[in-house]
Amino acid sequence: MTRYESLLDALGGTPLVGLPRLSPSRDVRLWAKLEDRNPTGSIKDRPALAMIEAAERDGRLQRGSTILEPTSGNTGISLAMAAKLKGYGLVCVMPENTSAERKQLLQAYGARIVYSPAAGGSNEAVRRAKELAESNPDWVMLYQYGNPANADAHYYGTGPELLKDLPTLTHFVGGLGTTGTLVGVGRYLHEQKPDVQIIAAEPRYGELVYGLRNLDEGFVPELYDPDVLNGRFSVGAYDALRRTRELLENEGIFAGISTGAVLHAAMAVAEKAVAKGEQADVAFVVADAGWKYLSTGAYSGSLDEAAERLDGQLWA
Amino acid sequence: MAVNVSIPTILRTHTGGEKSVEASGKTVLEVIDDIEAKHGGLKDRLVKDEKLHRFVNVYVNDEDVRFAGGLDAEVKDGDTVTILPAVAGGAR
Repeated sequence: MTRYESLLDALGGTPLVGLPRLSPSRDVRLWAKLEDRNPTGSIKDRPALAMIEAAERDGRLQRGSTILEPTSGNTGISLAMAAKLKGYGLVCVMPENTSAERKQLLQAYGARIVYSPAAGGSNEAVRRAKELAESNPDWVMLYQYGNPANADAHYYGTGPELLKDLPTLTHFVGGLGTTGTLVGVGRYLHEQKPDVQIIAAEPRYGELVYGLRNLDEGFVPELYDPDVLNGRFSVGAYDALRRTRELLENEGIFAGISTGAVLHAAMAVAEKAVAKGEQADVAFVVADAGWKYLSTGAYSGSLDEAAERLDGQLWA
Repeated sequence: MAVNVSIPTILRTHTGGEKSVEASGKTVLEVIDDIEAKHGGLKDRLVKDEKLHRFVNVYVNDEDVRFAGGLDAEVKDGDTVTILPAVAGGAR
């Protein structure tokens, strides 16, 4: 279906496209799930809307309520769009070292931004949001890191879509942040096809940034379930950028930087399958497009320079 | 069997301040033993009860060894081994 009653109804049902040039062989194929084709351009539209609808169902959210959320950007942008259409206020707690575009988009949608310090990354944003929740008991914190509706959005949406489009799927690779995508998709796929391998790609930041995205510094999202994972990769900025550019260069896909990290892991998985002489269909997530990262210089100049510019930023 | 091992800041006191060291071995454990022979003290921080310490993550070519055999994970010539602190989340 391509006609929808409103933007919110256009969520999900994203295309899965093959990568004929980057796939290592005819037997080992890579597939990209284009989650940038969601209402605000990222995979986060799925959990954001699911969390809002769950809170509406249990009565926590009512017309005029204010939503509070720690976010490094995409979830905030998704919530801001939905909040605007549904008549809620939104306060986002965001690390100050995220890209300028994310801040501008949030402001355009009318969200209020509270900045948390760069050092400490998303951990700090979560801590600050929890403080704000205590001092503003009438605000509703949806809390993507621990809200089951986040993983459910992928269990009921992303996972079934993947298997329907690619019944021969052998591997799923996604980014590890809130862990919602991997846990939700992983549970669904393991139930349907127990042999499917669920692989996490987590960003490895410079020493300045310790984000909870690499489950560092004692913070493990409440949603995290290590039993769902069959493998985990840690990918630095240089490799993430290199793969992001390869994806554009070879397949024409203009993706955000976190997608490069995910592709790096997907290609490692694919090469292993080739080495073992196995057949594989490796699907991975393109979480968003590159627009929001143009100001970081990720797409121009030498890789070394671009990686250096990203040092100290939350790039995924 | 030479591999490059990258050492996190908090463990560099055990490598004379070096960010990365060369080592050899066919498994992660052999690589750690080899570094230990040259720079005493590192193994204690990484290995506990013959298992990888809960708060340490080790990656071979970016892949978490906890999913690939732990200390027995294979290492090949030219591989990159990365050691990172993980206060939590590393433990399965």
